[in-house]
Amino acid sequence: MKRAGFATRWLPILLLLPQLAIIAVFFYWPAAHAVQSSFYLEDPFGFGSSFVGFDNYTHLAGNSEYGRIAKFTLLFTVLVTFFSLALALLLAVKADNVIRGAKAYRTLLMWVYAVAPPVAGFIGLLMFNQSWGPLAELAKSIGWDFKLGVNFGDTATAMVLVSVWKQVPVNFIFFLSGLQSIPKSVREAALIDAKSSFRRFWDVTFPLLAPTGFFLLIINITYALFDTFGVVDVLVKGEPGNNPMTLVYKVYVDGFRGNDIGGSSAQSVILMVLVLALTVFQFRLVERRIHYT
Amino acid sequence: MAQVSLKNIRKVYPNGYEAVVPTSFNIADGEFVVLVGPSGCGKSTLLRMIAGLEDITVGELSIGDRNVNHVDPADRDIAMVFQNYALYPHMTVRKNIGYGLKNRKTAASDIEAKVQDAAKMLNLTEFLDRKPSQLSGGQRQRVAMGRAVVRDPALFLFDEPLSNLDAKLRHQMRIEIKALQRRLGVTSIYVTHDQVEAMTMADRIIVLNTGRIEQIGTPTEIYHRPASTFVASFMGAPPMNLLNAESADGRVHLGGDMSVAASTADGPVIWGIRPEDIEIDPTGDIPFTVDIVEELGAHRLLHGQLNGQDLTIHVSKDVVVSAGPIRISINLDAVVLFNPETGLAL
Amino acid sequence: MTDTTSTPIAKRPLKWTHVMDHLILILGALFMLVPLLMVLQTTTTTDLETIKNGPEFVIGDQFDDNFMSAMFQASGFSGENTGLRMLMNSLILGIGFALGKIVIGMMAAYALVYFRLRFATLAFWLIFTTLLLPLEVRILPSYEVAQKLGLLNTYTGLIVPLIASATATFFFRQFFRSVPEELVEAARIDGAGPVKFFIDILVPLSQTMIAAMFIIMFVFGWNQYLWPTMVTTEEGMFTLVRGIKQLTQDLEGTNIPEYGRANMLALIAILPPVLVVIFFQSWFVKGLTESDK
Repeated sequence: MKRAGFATRWLPILLLLPQLAIIAVFFYWPAAHAVQSSFYLEDPFGFGSSFVGFDNYTHLAGNSEYGRIAKFTLLFTVLVTFFSLALALLLAVKADNVIRGAKAYRTLLMWVYAVAPPVAGFIGLLMFNQSWGPLAELAKSIGWDFKLGVNFGDTATAMVLVSVWKQVPVNFIFFLSGLQSIPKSVREAALIDAKSSFRRFWDVTFPLLAPTGFFLLIINITYALFDTFGVVDVLVKGEPGNNPMTLVYKVYVDGFRGNDIGGSSAQSVILMVLVLALTVFQFRLVERRIHYT
Repeated sequence: MAQVSLKNIRKVYPNGYEAVVPTSFNIADGEFVVLVGPSGCGKSTLLRMIAGLEDITVGELSIGDRNVNHVDPADRDIAMVFQNYALYPHMTVRKNIGYGLKNRKTAASDIEAKVQDAAKMLNLTEFLDRKPSQLSGGQRQRVAMGRAVVRDPALFLFDEPLSNLDAKLRHQMRIEIKALQRRLGVTSIYVTHDQVEAMTMADRIIVLNTGRIEQIGTPTEIYHRPASTFVASFMGAPPMNLLNAESADGRVHLGGDMSVAASTADGPVIWGIRPEDIEIDPTGDIPFTVDIVEELGAHRLLHGQLNGQDLTIHVSKDVVVSAGPIRISINLDAVVLFNPETGLAL
Repeated sequence: MTDTTSTPIAKRPLKWTHVMDHLILILGALFMLVPLLMVLQTTTTTDLETIKNGPEFVIGDQFDDNFMSAMFQASGFSGENTGLRMLMNSLILGIGFALGKIVIGMMAAYALVYFRLRFATLAFWLIFTTLLLPLEVRILPSYEVAQKLGLLNTYTGLIVPLIASATATFFFRQFFRSVPEELVEAARIDGAGPVKFFIDILVPLSQTMIAAMFIIMFVFGWNQYLWPTMVTTEEGMFTLVRGIKQLTQDLEGTNIPEYGRANMLALIAILPPVLVVIFFQSWFVKGLTESDK
């Protein structure tokens, strides 16, 4: 609130109304509904539902398939987050170094931000096309018979690669902007204090970039968990079968295709709790971040 | 033109903090009053209450003969110049100056004429089509002035308008603002933490501290007869020397053979003397040791100790002094005595 | 005048590290760019050519044909989901989403920052809790709500539920708070009420921010996949990104997959958001990196 805010009564309510109405109908209602139906078992044919308490949750806990998917999701998240952060950091540091062509490099490295995940998945399909895809050919040349959509490991590899390709630009943009906001005087002081550029990076640049890194870590985990839906959906070609999938995809498959509303809702609620935990963790970091700047 | 009157104006924030204790004063028509004090003393709050930007918790405020407690800022017939100028960054100088008139539904031709007049008065004519970002600090300050002048208000309010300028420009603008106010004859209230601005511009100064008035008076009164140790040390650079002493038998002993009469009971007192009311006097009564000579060009400041307490002496550039023992005398008429408990003048 | 030939400027020695910097950046740029070039190349050749030889370093002459069939030939049964139709739907989604987000977000942020409001804290928390849970975790109940309200296969159903989060509101709130206090005070003394202040001062001041938000939100809306997949089942309502899945299915099922047409559609899905991001790069980067502060 500004100290000299307007005292008009009805106008702010009118201004807030559209926002509040939309989130009430399309956020709070569905979210509450998800929590509620996670305690019910719904008849697959839509004839009513019965209260089953925590059955849907305990069922999940004992479900080996769910456990396997959770493990894969964890591995997938770790790999995607690590590689997209590492690659982006490397490129951002180099892009920050060069003077000639800096702008061209920046553009070339960030445009993929605007590609939709499923379209990225579609391009992945082409790259790994079994009869002519360049990456499949490349794999073949080293004796790797790459079978996208058939072999679990191969599909998982493609998923990670495509997801990293799609995520590097966001990280690159943030890292570069973080690097460019390091005061020139600090760089110059480091230049006088340390001769080796490697030392300068680890002792000065990296710690100053840490807040950006923490922030991006959360962003990347959220991305790998949720935003990769399109990548997964396209790469498994809509046929889950034996293919790897993430927890979010499982929610969709069970609820939308399998009509297991209760089980799917319980999975949603588990994901909600996961996201909430991540966000709380992020807010903590943001608070810490303030001390850096 | 209007007089302003505050009756028991008080400000308490919702968190319980009392920013201004009940305060009353009157400002005469055409008078230039400066509210001065350290940051957090409530001077800006007081000004903002007069402007209508802050609610008045208790008390009565009138501008002219009208009670304006519940009048919208736009309808109080005031104009305000802000510390950071608060120019609308996306509007040209012309639009910035004319915006208030436009909102009052003034005819476009009238606005243009008035804007031209104000611009001419403030040497802004050639900048009318520029945006604030294309102007220097001093020019922006002038635009802010123009925005106030063009409204032809009954009351000008200034909220530290010069504090963003460098020293040289500040000096120049000080004179310009004062001259403008004289020419227009508009009642003005000016808030600043800079005692030099207060001394040079004001018809009357109101010194504030922790939400209460310490003293109201002309610059001369404030400077020579400070009502409290706070005023004595806040106004004037260097500040008034304040020394502890004992009063005995109706007299306060200053040093050497010098003493002043005191109509107070025996006991501790504080006596104050302005640095320029002390003279070097080879035949003087009081021995003094100069530790440091501060060279200021037009004059010198001698820092040293008297009776084990810090003392500063102001001498003109013609008086050559070096560190070491000298003798001084004190202009007894200029000595002010204070109660050490309350800090108030005796 | 100094004789330049007698004092030649010392030529900067070619630094090894500089060469490395550029090498890494070029590799990074290629990593990003090659998949797109491949898609581009396959849109210029016949499908048979692609199947036989895979992507080559030749530009074919089939671009026009592929473009025409992508734009005007429908892939489904209804004959309604031509490329042109999907392009239009994508634009409606992207622009509608961006405008809706900005208008609603600005109004709510204005109410929160500039008004004395008794339930401001409550409204604040109601609105900003929506940042915590992405649409993906409440997708099923959201679908049910849309169904109950009869919003399936409508533009309203496509756009409005996506607006039910506070990203833009949060962003504008941050920006409004950074606007100097004195501006609203000066405006009040100048006789501007809340509506006038908003239109005369705040909106013009926010121009850059609005542009940045528009770009980010346009890209975000255009690239939506999961929600459009669920809420639109009529082919005439498909967006380009939503249509991707159908493309992959088409490629699977036929003897001579129409790579030229499919890749052209993918290209049409990629280009508008990518071009927007490239052309308005500085606004976009500013909006993106400042929104987290």
